[in-house]
Amino acid sequence: MIDAISDSIRQPWPWYVSGFMIALVLAFMLFTGKTFGFSSNLRTLCTLCGAGRKWAFFNFNWKDQAWNLLFLLGSILGGFITSHFLENGQALKLASSTVQDIQKIGINFTGEMQPGQLFGPEALLSVKGILILITGGFLVGFGSRYAGGCTSGHAITGLSNLQKPSLIAVAGFFIGGLIMTHLLLPLIF
Amino acid sequence: MKALRFIIAGTIFGIIMSKSEAISWYRIQEMFRFQSFHMYGIIGVAVLLGAAITYLIKKFRLKDIHGNPIILEDKKMQWRKYLFGGIIFGLGWALTGACPGPIFVNLGYGYLTFLVVIAGALLGTLTYGIIKDKIPH
Repeated sequence: MIDAISDSIRQPWPWYVSGFMIALVLAFMLFTGKTFGFSSNLRTLCTLCGAGRKWAFFNFNWKDQAWNLLFLLGSILGGFITSHFLENGQALKLASSTVQDIQKIGINFTGEMQPGQLFGPEALLSVKGILILITGGFLVGFGSRYAGGCTSGHAITGLSNLQKPSLIAVAGFFIGGLIMTHLLLPLIF
Repeated sequence: MKALRFIIAGTIFGIIMSKSEAISWYRIQEMFRFQSFHMYGIIGVAVLLGAAITYLIKKFRLKDIHGNPIILEDKKMQWRKYLFGGIIFGLGWALTGACPGPIFVNLGYGYLTFLVVIAGALLGTLTYGIIKDKIPH
């Protein structure tokens, strides 16, 4: 019995299990009197680094957001626990059309969670590799604060609460994502 | 003990993101190329159930564990900020294959290069905070 359960946890989770679990996390946050929004942590981290002394946007009491930083800490732990204890070594099953498409732009599919070319240690050996990581992060950090939220705050929490602003933000996420995927990635790689 | 509650919630979130492979650059590529239902299924189910939860909270004026009413604030309508900010975010999401949560989950998963992505994300948020009054909202 226990073996069967632990075996099925180690399998990749189907979309409906993950979607259900994410909704549970949302409910948990709401019923503990908080919200589900991850990108606010980036602002809090800037405040922790002292940005509040110079710029008013970061001048707030970070302790009010301590619960969210703990959530962030937990998410790192969750990634660690999964890769060390909850994987069965099965290769990621990617759509064959995607495998072919990304091969055309020079990214090989290895069956691992991430392409080593982009996120392995070798990515740090070239200026281009480092620039991709920094620029990508910059766009995510700038865009999420500009839009007032990310996937958790807008796509999950905002759409669940039928917020039109969130629908505009999510449409924006997709416009940007499609431009990057179909127009810019072939130029970058 | 209160602290533990949020660490556990975050840990479960990290495990969900990893086990559903939502932290994978490959899966985000699959999504933006419309070649799999996987990511749409995850977000779709989360939003449908989330909408039901939100509806019930409002309808029955449910309270949180501290006995306070759960208030879901309406977001202010300013289309420029949501559209422009959203597009910039989307460009970064497709490039790194990760939104803010998965950036940190990836770090824990063992991809230490995400420290560079995190540095970029902090720089981006910092830049927004500095120039926010000069860009359209």
